[in-house]
Amino acid sequence: MSTPTTVEPAADPRASLFRRLPVISHFNKSVGLQRGMLVAGLVLTSAFVLTAIFAPLLAPYGYAQLSDADGNFPAQEAPGGKHLLGTTVGGYDVLSRVIWGTQTAIMVIVVAVLMSIFIGVILGLVSGYIGGWLDRILVVIADAIYAFPSLLVAIVMAIVISGGQSSLLGGIMAAAISITVVFIPQYFRVIRSETIRLKAEPFVESAKVVGASNIRIMSRHIYKNATRTLPLIFTLNASEAILTMAGLGFLGFGIEPSSAAEWGFDLKQALADTTSGIWWTGVFPGLAMVLTVVGLTLMGESINDLNDPRLRGRKKAASGKGGPDSGAAGAGIQAEVSSS
Amino acid sequence: MTINIDKHGTGPVLDIDHLKVTFATDAGDVYAVKDVSLEVNPGEVVAIVGESGSGKTVTAKTILGLLPETAISSGAVLINGNNVISVSAAKLRQIRGRDVAMVFQEPSTALNPVFTVGWQIAEGIRAHAQGKGGKVSAREAKSRAIEALRKVGIPDPENRVDYYPHQFSGGQKQRVVIAAALALNPGLIVADEPTTALDVTVQAEILQLLRDLRDTYGTSIVLITHNMGVVADLADRVVVMYQGDVVEEATAKVLFAEPKQEYTRKLLAAVPHLGRNSASEGMTTRAHQGGKVLVEAKGLTIEYPGRLGTPAFKAVDGVSFTLSEGEVFGLVGESGSGKTTIGRAIAGLNRTTGGSLKVLDYEMLNLKERTFKPLRKEIGFVFQDPAASFNPQLTIGDCVAEPLIIHSNPTPAQARKRVGELLESVQLPASYADRFPHELSGGQRQRASLARALILNPKLLIADEPTSALDVSVQAVVLELFKDIQAEFGFAALFISHDLAVVDILSHWVGVLYKGKLVEQGLGTQVMGAPQHDYTRRLIASLPVPDPDEQAKRREANRALLAR
Amino acid sequence: MTTLIEAPPTDADGLLPSKKKSSGGGLGQYILIRFLLIFPTIFILVTLVFFLMRITGDPITAAMGGRLPPEQLAERITAAGYDRPILVQYFEYLGHLATGNFGTTLSDNRQVTEMLATYGSATLELTINALLVALLVGIPLGMVAAYRRDHAPDAVLRVFAIVCYGTPVFFAGMLLKLTFAVWLGWLPVAGRAKTSSELELTSLQSPTGIYWLDAIRSGNMAALGDVMAHAVLPAVALGLLTAGIFLRLVRTNVIGTLGRDYVEAGRSRGVSEFRLVTKHAYKPALIPIITVMGLQIAVMLGGAVLTETTFEWKGLGFQLATYLTARDFVAVQGIVVLLAVIVAVTNFIVDIVAALIDPRVRY
Repeated sequence: MSTPTTVEPAADPRASLFRRLPVISHFNKSVGLQRGMLVAGLVLTSAFVLTAIFAPLLAPYGYAQLSDADGNFPAQEAPGGKHLLGTTVGGYDVLSRVIWGTQTAIMVIVVAVLMSIFIGVILGLVSGYIGGWLDRILVVIADAIYAFPSLLVAIVMAIVISGGQSSLLGGIMAAAISITVVFIPQYFRVIRSETIRLKAEPFVESAKVVGASNIRIMSRHIYKNATRTLPLIFTLNASEAILTMAGLGFLGFGIEPSSAAEWGFDLKQALADTTSGIWWTGVFPGLAMVLTVVGLTLMGESINDLNDPRLRGRKKAASGKGGPDSGAAGAGIQAEVSSS
Repeated sequence: MTINIDKHGTGPVLDIDHLKVTFATDAGDVYAVKDVSLEVNPGEVVAIVGESGSGKTVTAKTILGLLPETAISSGAVLINGNNVISVSAAKLRQIRGRDVAMVFQEPSTALNPVFTVGWQIAEGIRAHAQGKGGKVSAREAKSRAIEALRKVGIPDPENRVDYYPHQFSGGQKQRVVIAAALALNPGLIVADEPTTALDVTVQAEILQLLRDLRDTYGTSIVLITHNMGVVADLADRVVVMYQGDVVEEATAKVLFAEPKQEYTRKLLAAVPHLGRNSASEGMTTRAHQGGKVLVEAKGLTIEYPGRLGTPAFKAVDGVSFTLSEGEVFGLVGESGSGKTTIGRAIAGLNRTTGGSLKVLDYEMLNLKERTFKPLRKEIGFVFQDPAASFNPQLTIGDCVAEPLIIHSNPTPAQARKRVGELLESVQLPASYADRFPHELSGGQRQRASLARALILNPKLLIADEPTSALDVSVQAVVLELFKDIQAEFGFAALFISHDLAVVDILSHWVGVLYKGKLVEQGLGTQVMGAPQHDYTRRLIASLPVPDPDEQAKRREANRALLAR
Repeated sequence: MTTLIEAPPTDADGLLPSKKKSSGGGLGQYILIRFLLIFPTIFILVTLVFFLMRITGDPITAAMGGRLPPEQLAERITAAGYDRPILVQYFEYLGHLATGNFGTTLSDNRQVTEMLATYGSATLELTINALLVALLVGIPLGMVAAYRRDHAPDAVLRVFAIVCYGTPVFFAGMLLKLTFAVWLGWLPVAGRAKTSSELELTSLQSPTGIYWLDAIRSGNMAALGDVMAHAVLPAVALGLLTAGIFLRLVRTNVIGTLGRDYVEAGRSRGVSEFRLVTKHAYKPALIPIITVMGLQIAVMLGGAVLTETTFEWKGLGFQLATYLTARDFVAVQGIVVLLAVIVAVTNFIVDIVAALIDPRVRY
């Protein structure tokens, strides 16, 4: 009979490298609304990345600039004229700070996510594969941190690292490390459970039977198969990193406005403005944040759906007339058909 | 008891006319069913047989309109004058359950774990209440559910109706699924591999139940199966499908006696038939004795520790046997018998917990991986599921070469050469070394798996259900290959299977496991021909043979034995 | 075919008795062990927080360093015992926690426990309100999305969900404030109630501290209306964040169970699609949904800190932000530990509820 397809390779390993790249291969697999969501996510995310790269060209002023040749910037000036999106209570140009903010965001994302992937993957692999007491202790610790409000963990870490605000590099590192601590348990859990699942797969057992060493099994057989879902977690966590950093900034654990532009800090400053109806100081950095997060999440979720055969929509067969009934029926049929 | 069949006469309950089903997949359109026409008359059991990809399951789902949105169907599927393919969704809902019902392959997944079985049966009854004007009261629905459970032989249905699925055994669950299908007395039941997930002794009971239903209530049955023994046991008429087309259609008697088409003949020839083609044919004593004993189990016990508070589970209980050089030992048993556990223990994948197990003179109790590792090159292992036993990221060549690389550190050219040799001896082209596992078919993968197990020329091979995931025709080829290679390489083998007939084809010596105990061992011909232990007798009596006449006789002869 | 794995697979996270096992000690034992697991969780968090907060130095220096002359600072450090070995302090701290003593705040010299009691109810009220919004919005919409999956309503709802949890709660709060309080003037800008109703409600005998409950109990309809008006925006801001997560959670899990054989079996018996979604697929999906919802309590508490700051909702989160600004780490530590206890206990309750729904555990 049709055997359940246990491991569906992410992409044909021999297809051209370009077509195997995570996002490209997903694009080719997608249809209809799912493709729409993926494309929307891609557009927003690329806009975010490009803005960060070309911030020096795009921003009319520096992030800490308070005056130009014509003298000091006015405070709380409404959008229009020289300051397209207005100025803040401190006299910063809102547009410039929104644009420069992308750089800070991207730096924190990259540092935080890379660090947490690196540590989380190693811990997850070792813990899941070796098992025993090491595993149990790590699981209890990871679960304790995971269940705890991530913002509070980040606050505690921010206190530990910097005792509060600091310079650009210090601030970014503080935010990044705080976020890293929040994320490690997530990567740890994902990789560990994948490792445990793979450990029981016949292909790992068959390596064990022929006498492969633990290191060989972990590196050659488990690592690559366990880390297939990482691009997905990366995009989802990138958006969470932005939110956590903004939360820290909002509570006053961000980066000094003179060191870098940071959306959370700007929103904190703008909070007092709202009661007097001054909306532009808060709305624009907030929108920048929402668009970035939504872009990254759309991309991540689309990838997730496309990776999961149960959630993936498929093109209809040639003549376009639907089957008699809706619903997710017939996963078994799909399996039988595709295995034939 | 009214049956909802065609009220106008004795026309067919089901009439499929030029059915065509197309699926959209990532790889483009797949024509799952190309052109199928068939009829089912009242009270008739029609079997649709075929291997994977034949379109038999798709045909079955079409009868109930259960195809996913990605499928396009054309032609006609007439049930009581309604064309299932073109009726409205509301009409289709009326037909389902009332005119035609379905029995699923896997009873443990076909029942909702969080609702009582009574509720699930009543759901179908309630769904059809509106059509008759007015609702069915909860009490009435329940009493009808109890009635349905009684019909399928669930003891104490008044209480069992409030049980949850996990409180039933596998066979009872399948009875519940059948009861749910019977709740509205449909004229037609579509049974999709109804016994495939069950042990052979349970299978015999379910087949008997289906036969009784037909005899008592005149229910027509469409039986979807790949198992020729089941067909011979139950079907009146047989439709053979291959790659979406009907190849042959005949009454069961005629089909088994005089298959007309080449494909049908090949298919029937590939089916293992208990008592034919036995490896121990003509032997009177155990072969290969006097050679070195490779595996020796004495009072072997393997326990799985219980979770906190639950007692330990004894998977293997005081088993003793020997396996000598060059011998093929067949270990047969149903699920939970401990056969796989023994195989895994010999390969050092499971720890033993009591008694003694010596593998190549190494005591496996208190196994130390470091000291056992050198012996691993003498042991090959073939896993059940060929799809899962290869790392999807590596090529077949890399996978097959792995034991060689670990134990003898060859140059890439040497490894490649040896892999090529091995692939050729399992009748695969050497060029397949560059392919990825998913590019091979199931049978090809299992051959590659054999090549990997044999690349170091081991003294001992453990094969755990190596053919049970394969189609019958592929199984026959792999079994033949296995037999030839064993003769050529001369390794000793422990061959583990749930299928008596398969074990008999390969094994010189056969052991029967039941609930962790080795209840009987002997020459294959002896065990199959004159079983001593009660359980072995029941096991053999339960196994349907692919011949309707012979099977009918066996069924009669064994009625008393199976009734227990 | 018949047997894939015949032995029970060895399970590495075997700390809990298997939820799937029907035999053995059953539910009572599961609850007991799950209850005992609360303590290591709290212990680990308390320990981590204690040592992490001390790596950077003692709380007095953090709060008053630079503002006091060095001799005075040293004096106060000695008086508070922060110059002793850290392990001694740690065990003393554990002993204090065990007796319910969370210490005294540095900035305003209050008992942390007293502060927790005063402000805890406000946070509880906000969380309950937000949870109601989240459940009422998230679950039905999640089912609609699952039912109409891959069609327009599904796409709209998914984008809605992403926007919900992609919007920082303080930005959502800010937008709501701008629109409904500042521009439209329909609802109050901040706070929990008008001063007058606040006075009435706090002067009640044995108040619960949850204003709308107190207002209902005392039959004070004017105060109830006022409290409700104040509650709407914070509850919506925090509730929508969680509603987005719930929507996605319900959608994914219901789609998962919709693909199962037992739903197809129901379909084959003529059960309507609506009922398949709302009954046959939803109830089995509920078990993972509830477990994950439990974890969202933590997200809500984190969000509560930000929401309270945005709306000047005088609860634990608002206090936390105030103490953070004042660098009063004794108070911060107290609040963090209390929240850890709340999270651990909620997760315990949620796991038990999930187990109760699952008949495989119940019987």
